Amino acid sequence: MVESLRFRDATLAKRVFEKIRKLASNVGAIKICHVCGTHEWTITHFGLRSLLPSNVEVIAGPGCPVCIVPASEFDESIQLALKGLVVTCFGDVLRVPGSKMSLLDAKAEGADVRVVYGVGDAVKMAEKEKEKDFVFFAVGFETTAPSTAVEVVKKPPENLSFLVCHRVIPPAMKLLVEMKDLSLNGFIAPGHVSTIIGVKPYEVFPEVYGMPTVVAGFEPLDVLFGVYMILKQLSEGKPRLENEYVRAVRPEGNVKAQELMREVFEVVDGNWRGLGVIPSSAFELREDYEGFDARLRYNPKVYGAVDIQPGCKCHLVIIGKVKPIECPLFMKACTPQKPVGPCMVSSEGTCQIWAKADKTVS
Amino acid sequence: MAVHVGVMAMCLAIPAKVVEVKGDGARVDFGEGVLREVNVMLVDAKMGDYVLVHAGYAIQVLSEEEALETLRLWNEILDAAEA
Ligand code: SF4
Repeated sequence: MVESLRFRDATLAKRVFEKIRKLASNVGAIKICHVCGTHEWTITHFGLRSLLPSNVEVIAGPGCPVCIVPASEFDESIQLALKGLVVTCFGDVLRVPGSKMSLLDAKAEGADVRVVYGVGDAVKMAEKEKEKDFVFFAVGFETTAPSTAVEVVKKPPENLSFLVCHRVIPPAMKLLVEMKDLSLNGFIAPGHVSTIIGVKPYEVFPEVYGMPTVVAGFEPLDVLFGVYMILKQLSEGKPRLENEYVRAVRPEGNVKAQELMREVFEVVDGNWRGLGVIPSSAFELREDYEGFDARLRYNPKVYGAVDIQPGCKCHLVIIGKVKPIECPLFMKACTPQKPVGPCMVSSEGTCQIWAKADKTVS
Repeated sequence: MAVHVGVMAMCLAIPAKVVEVKGDGARVDFGEGVLREVNVMLVDAKMGDYVLVHAGYAIQVLSEEEALETLRLWNEILDAAEA
């Protein structure tokens, strides 16, 4: 089977570490940024960071689609739930703090909040329980947005609407490159987002910013070869865009999914938790589909949302400026059981990944 | 099996083998012996293909040829005399 080929071969890994070490000795201090929670999981779970040469640092960018949804949008979902609507959401979303409470807190207060595996489940529930009004809390990057588009285009049941909170990744990568004090030297581009959008949206990074950019998969060897390819580009002084994850990422991406997303969504400026507004980084339902827009249907009003709770460093963790262990609350006041910030709630949040690795990886 | 199947990460997509296609839906095998229904509207999947599944939707057909090519390329890189 495709994925069980030798993508975790320990001998191969040893050899690629050797290559990396050799290349790293020719370049100075290097900071490589990835923007995917699943990459962070692979890197942390397999302890890859500690095996890399000391001058090669890999940091986690805003790759957790749950963490970057601002508190105001969680507050909207909570308001709708408390109003008596059935709010359906991904499991990762349930415990993320809004300004004052989470959807789980709303559930404890009697609201009907249901975890679904995907938007398709929300559609099925709405079809079955016609007497209730359902909202799907549509969170996720380009990997997830096409599934929302599929259901919107299929004309969902009238008693279902969508609180669209999807975000797109390349504009956030642009923000990171332009943060001069972050001084990045290369990008590992997110594999599964890229299966949808293809490689073209990343061309700007090597071409305009001189940033080596490699689309990589999620097995440890994928990530290691991604690092190797970036170092190779740096040592040759030839930044370019390369695709390591060819088994899943076609250059053009998933054209069908792109067409559906274009049909259903308009690209608008988006607020990212802790990062502020990023131009052209969010989706909104187009006019033709606005009848299914939960915001227009129910008009939730949110004032004075609080993105970052006192003491929480999520806004800095999200851009890789601060490591979870550098947050004074990490594993003290803030744990996966009692999270303070979104980065500790989601299974793709950097803080939770580090917290779990603390226990499971020696 | 792919990375952390047990963790429901949001950008994660898991490979599964298509066992049966019926319109917009398909039955797939994640390798755990249980067949699951997924939506295949976003891909052109046939029986026997491996697809990447995310939140109940197949988002891409995996290429076995490219997977083998990747391994060939890795070995070529590693066998190269210079760094
Ligand atoms: S450890 Fe908790 S409080 Fe600190 S940055 Fe992470 S989520 Fe925020």
